[in-house]
Amino acid sequence: MTALHRMTLAELSRGLAAGDFSSVELTRHFLDRIAAHDGLLNSFITVTDEAALAAAAAADRRRAAGEAGPLTGIPLAQKDIFNTDGVRTSCGSRMLDNYIAPFDARVVEGFNAAGAVMLGKTNMDEFAMGSSNETSYYGPVKNPWDTERVPGGSSGGSAAAVAARLAPAATGTDTGGSIRQPAALCGITGLKPTYGRVSRWGMIAFASSLDQAGPMAPSAEDCALLLQAMAGFDERDSTCMERPVEDYAAGLGEGIEGLKIGLPKEYFAAGLDAEVEARVREALAVYESLGAELVDITLPNSHLSAPAYYVVAPAECSSNLSRFDGVRFGHRCDDPKDLEDMYCRSRGEGFGDEVKRRILVGTYALSAGYYDAYYLKAQQIRRLIRDDFRRAFEQVDVIMGPTTPTPAFRLGEKADDPISMYLSDIYTIAVNLAGLPGMSVPAGLVNGLPVGLHIVGDYWSEARLLNVAHRLQLETDWHKRIPEAYA
Amino acid sequence: MEWEIVIGLEIHAQLKTRSKIFSGASTAYGAEPNTQACAVDLGLPGVLPVLNREVVRMAAKFGLAIGAEVARKSVFARKNYFYPDLPKGYQISQYELPIVSNGTLTITLDDGSSKVIGVTRAHLEEDAGKSLHEDFHGMTGIDLNRAGTPLLEIVSEPDMRSAKEAVAYMRKIHSLVQYLDICDGNMQEGSFRCDANVSVRPKGQTAFGTRTEIKNINSFRFVERAIHYEAQRQIDLIEDGGEVVQETRLYDPDRNETRSMRTKEEANDYRYFPCPDLLPLVIEPAFIDEVKREMPELPDEKKARFEQDYGLSSYDANVLIASRATADYFEAVVEALDGEAKLVANWMNGELAARLNRDGIEIDAAPVDAVAFAGLLRRITDNTISGKIAKEVFDAMWQGEGGADEIIEARGLKQITDSGALEAIIDEVLANNPSQVEQYRGGQAKLLGYFVGQVMKATQGKANPGQVNQILKQKLDG
Repeated sequence: MTALHRMTLAELSRGLAAGDFSSVELTRHFLDRIAAHDGLLNSFITVTDEAALAAAAAADRRRAAGEAGPLTGIPLAQKDIFNTDGVRTSCGSRMLDNYIAPFDARVVEGFNAAGAVMLGKTNMDEFAMGSSNETSYYGPVKNPWDTERVPGGSSGGSAAAVAARLAPAATGTDTGGSIRQPAALCGITGLKPTYGRVSRWGMIAFASSLDQAGPMAPSAEDCALLLQAMAGFDERDSTCMERPVEDYAAGLGEGIEGLKIGLPKEYFAAGLDAEVEARVREALAVYESLGAELVDITLPNSHLSAPAYYVVAPAECSSNLSRFDGVRFGHRCDDPKDLEDMYCRSRGEGFGDEVKRRILVGTYALSAGYYDAYYLKAQQIRRLIRDDFRRAFEQVDVIMGPTTPTPAFRLGEKADDPISMYLSDIYTIAVNLAGLPGMSVPAGLVNGLPVGLHIVGDYWSEARLLNVAHRLQLETDWHKRIPEAYA
Repeated sequence: MEWEIVIGLEIHAQLKTRSKIFSGASTAYGAEPNTQACAVDLGLPGVLPVLNREVVRMAAKFGLAIGAEVARKSVFARKNYFYPDLPKGYQISQYELPIVSNGTLTITLDDGSSKVIGVTRAHLEEDAGKSLHEDFHGMTGIDLNRAGTPLLEIVSEPDMRSAKEAVAYMRKIHSLVQYLDICDGNMQEGSFRCDANVSVRPKGQTAFGTRTEIKNINSFRFVERAIHYEAQRQIDLIEDGGEVVQETRLYDPDRNETRSMRTKEEANDYRYFPCPDLLPLVIEPAFIDEVKREMPELPDEKKARFEQDYGLSSYDANVLIASRATADYFEAVVEALDGEAKLVANWMNGELAARLNRDGIEIDAAPVDAVAFAGLLRRITDNTISGKIAKEVFDAMWQGEGGADEIIEARGLKQITDSGALEAIIDEVLANNPSQVEQYRGGQAKLLGYFVGQVMKATQGKANPGQVNQILKQKLDG
């Protein structure tokens, strides 16, 4: 039998169903791997070993009772942005280092109901603000493919943990690329669903109109199983759509003959690493060989994505993070001399530089006299970007391109250059601004570092995206590659 | 110089929902601190607001009642500022697109004339919690029970020209929201409070003067006094060569003065923007139709009906419709009596109102309910007791001694209507006062009142005054 950690989540699910191993064995295997490797990788903030083993035992009993589903007994990791009842939920921040969540996020409830086993909470950029996982209060996460490089962010802990197979799967959240970019840089599959597909209840908000939770795992098939437990209407989130959830696994394997793939010229332009482009073109060739048709398209307002995003996201975050004031929970400074002092020092000590930078930018953008020029203008640009995509989807079924312009960069390389850091999300943020679903799928290596193929679909086309990604994964094995040190 | 006072009011009416505007927590008043605040009200990380449908219905009702536009699309916005009892660091309110706009309300002034006051807008928002400064020795306690309580903020045009007009407007809104059953109107508990924008200008000038805003006034009396004080302060200031500063002021009822709270320069930049956690609120016409069907009779309609159907004076009708409970009480009494509206109105606006006022209670808490009250008045109309005796009976009823008949019986207050018995008493009175009889017959007709008084005294008030008059006249003039 293949070592447990070399199997995809879907394979583990079948193994559990066949009785090849128990959830307790599986869980212990991954806990052991975390203990062995995470000292270096730093992909977990909190490991919940005892609770995990108890949940695994419960899952095994459930299976014995004949009540198991595809995720029953599957260990997975939760990004530390999701509230987990009774477990520290830090959001990668000193501000919440002492915060024990009193309830579960909807995403966590979904996995609990499915009988999945939580291994722990993964490291992340502070409040999901970052593209390298270097802004975490708990220190940077290392990329398992080269531990001198970043895993991407903000779901860097989840991506690294899955890439090193310290967990069969993990959750992520994506505000501007925070699932897809780290998935690309770590060589795994990640899906950001349509805005409103997954409830945001219990997920700590960064930019409410952009945030969306999604799965991160080796394969598209894994992501299909995970999304099934995450998606669905939730009356506690007013932006969550009341819309039936498809059976995501059922459609996998369908033919894609005649599939029209749009290639935006703006995504294959200056700034894109030639080797990354080569891997993407190779993947596109696979699709052509499967009967898909490549169509050149244009998304003329692409260049406005980053400026619009870096107004909207900071503006919303500046308001969303106001609740961290030291009054009711989270970090409070010692011996405040008055209210103002308590606010200033609690927030000054609790937040890191990148979070402060964005709060400042966002506060400025919303200020009287600047609102129209910044926030309102950015919202108008969002409409233009959405219209670009709408026109594109009249022509094509999916849009493809590189997930990131380069493979993983070195730790510290961009830490002091926020603009260059922001550009690593250049292909992904437009998708959030438009609210569309997008995936990153492993498409090969450049100098031993993974490259991601970015697949964007029309609204609510998660099932199609998963199938399109799955078809590539039937023809290639990039998603099964594991960095040597963790094989 | 003659000055004109310009006043606009912002009234906060707490909507009478069972649960909060964005969470399922209870809105009941008076619970132990922080026992009615759920994760959403506490602003814990990861929580989200969900709009309470009932508040939309209530706001729509109000909009329809003042002939306003109920917006097909309105938007919730975040008003950002830091305060310890504001859990999220922002208040969810409505800013650019409120649910209700452009209504009017007609007020009746003391001289009987009426005036139309414009209502600019009414918008939905959540209340904050409370900071408790006592009991914590140099620290502040926070009670978040009130956080998330639904408020309808009703903003008037600067259409009022005196403190009296402002109070009349506030009373009218107060009555209206209770008619609509959307607010309990309890001012002690803060369910109904107002901010007053006050400015002054030389009479005849069209441009407004610089205004100040007096925050959080929670009684009609204080509104009147605060406006009086503030307008005079501004006039004195200008007349002394000073300038009014745009600022927020607080009214101190103990010292009857307003004090500066913060100036415009110190004011927060609230950084309003549409709340991304809530989609725009879209109201379908069908919903408005549904609300229209639920609309109760409104005060102005009721007043017209009272005047027409019951033949009441405009004054009486106005007093009776001031609150829905009073109007309902009135109609219940009239129904039980099968008429006699004028008598009922007189008694309610006189004796009943006086007792309520004296005891400081509302009509729904009156110890004598409509049926019992009708029982009392029936004994006046059937001549069992006189109006004067009825007051005594009413007092006894008020003290809880029982129904009118019971008290009349127990105290032997039944009117003497037997003319033989009355005649005997009258004869005795006349016999005992021979000199007065002589004077009366000598032309001092006003002595009739003296004889009536003597007879009433002799009968302990149980004689029918009309009958006594009649018999006396017969005997003296005959």
